[in-house]
Amino acid sequence: MFSTFDFSVLSPSLPFLWTGIQYSFKLTLIAMSGGIILGTFLALARLSPNRVLANAAATYVDTMRSIPLVMVILWFFLLIPLLTGNPVGAESSAMLTFTAFEAAYYSEIMRAGIQSVSRGQVAAGDALGFTYGQTMGYIVLPQAFRNMIPVLLTQTIVLFQDTSLVYIIGAKDLLKAAEIAGKNYNRPIEMYIFAAVIYFVVCFTLSQTVKRLQKRVAIIR
Amino acid sequence: MIEISHVNKHYGAFQVLTDCSTTVAKGEVIVVCGPSGSGKSTLIKTVNGLEPFQSGTIMVDGISVGAPGTDMPKLRARVGMVFQNFELFPHMSITENLTIGQIKVLNRSKEEAMATGLKLLDRVGLKAQAAKFPGQLSGGQQQRVAIARALSMNPICMLFDEPTSALDPEMVNEVLDVMVELAHEGMTMMCVTHEMGFARKVANRVIFMDQGHIIEDATKDDFFGTPRGERAQQFLSKILSH
Ligand SMILES: Nc1ncnc2c1ncn2[C@@H]1O[C@H](COP(=O)(O)OP(=O)(O)O)[C@@H](O)[C@H]1O
Ligand SMILES: [Mg+2]
Repeated sequence: MFSTFDFSVLSPSLPFLWTGIQYSFKLTLIAMSGGIILGTFLALARLSPNRVLANAAATYVDTMRSIPLVMVILWFFLLIPLLTGNPVGAESSAMLTFTAFEAAYYSEIMRAGIQSVSRGQVAAGDALGFTYGQTMGYIVLPQAFRNMIPVLLTQTIVLFQDTSLVYIIGAKDLLKAAEIAGKNYNRPIEMYIFAAVIYFVVCFTLSQTVKRLQKRVAIIR
Repeated sequence: MIEISHVNKHYGAFQVLTDCSTTVAKGEVIVVCGPSGSGKSTLIKTVNGLEPFQSGTIMVDGISVGAPGTDMPKLRARVGMVFQNFELFPHMSITENLTIGQIKVLNRSKEEAMATGLKLLDRVGLKAQAAKFPGQLSGGQQQRVAIARALSMNPICMLFDEPTSALDPEMVNEVLDVMVELAHEGMTMMCVTHEMGFARKVANRVIFMDQGHIIEDATKDDFFGTPRGERAQQFLSKILSH
């Protein structure tokens, strides 16, 4: 059965595999944008002089970072229907979970980014008459974000790899699609190899981009 | 214009400002000097509320700084400030640096802000640099842009915190020239600086600070003629000798 690979099964199953790829990308993009936005607010809360706010944000971040992602995925999937009374599909549940989970990691990156902007910049914004929100929005966050782009992208590579964990709740991502197609054509190895190649190509391309960005950032400074 | 009375500030047990009082009348130029760590930056930053203080009052144009009812962003928008390290926004072009405050705080139109910005840029002699970014300019050029940025808000007074001490010596004068010109135009200015040439040229009064106290607050002629305190005398001879 393992004597020869038969990759000819790929072409009829490509449309199906493509839906899995699309979901994996969509999950990554949503969790990345949602996670960065939520993470930025968490970082701002954590750095705020308001103790209650800062502690709440810190607790959230530290809790998320201490639980394995697989468990969070599973719990969200099981708990949300119990709490809201509505069943949520595996695909939507995963998007919510990943956003909430990744926000904790992105928030630590954004926190480092915000702290990388000098106090003098904040003072200059304040001195012009900006409100707290304006100083953050126009002066601090754009610089924080720019300084952290390579690190944010690196986190996104990890995120993309982690999306394969949604198999635990049966969401149809790239890995799940490969598994199903493998069963249908009785060619699991070829399908898993195909999935691995896609994961590799995407992650490799992204990490090369990170390297190039790091060089450029180094020149600007 | 600026009335500082009995201001005290401390970090924990460490007293940074002790019972500081002085006034700056409209059109006056006041130079603040003193050894490093004496509280000059802290004092000047209390004027626009960048540094809070524990007791005393500061009035700017009749408005109480840091009082519960005071709209601090609004007050700060009317007080120009220039920093030792320029603090231009590095992610924005020179024109954006000059217009963002006008647009976002004063609600001027883009065209109006641009016209004002370019006029001021021309005034500090840097019209050709409009499209560049701060990192592409020399220190002296950046500081001149920073002055233009502060002026773009039509401030009622200007605060300078050692505007030339981060500059290479050959760039000090291009910045001082702009400041002298401003002074001649009647701008109310409070300047922390050790440039005694500048003080002699345009200051109305000189304040000498040491360990958080204002020890001398004298007219220029009195200060340079017969500084009464020994500390000020020592300090003066030190900075004038090089
Ligand atoms: N955030 C702070 N916490 C504790 N001490 C500070 C802080 N900022 C300034 N100081 C102290 O306050 C004193 C006055 O500082 P500063 O106003 O910057 O002096 P100057 O501008 O005259 O050199 C210094 O001794 C400095 O170490
Ligand atoms: Mg200082």
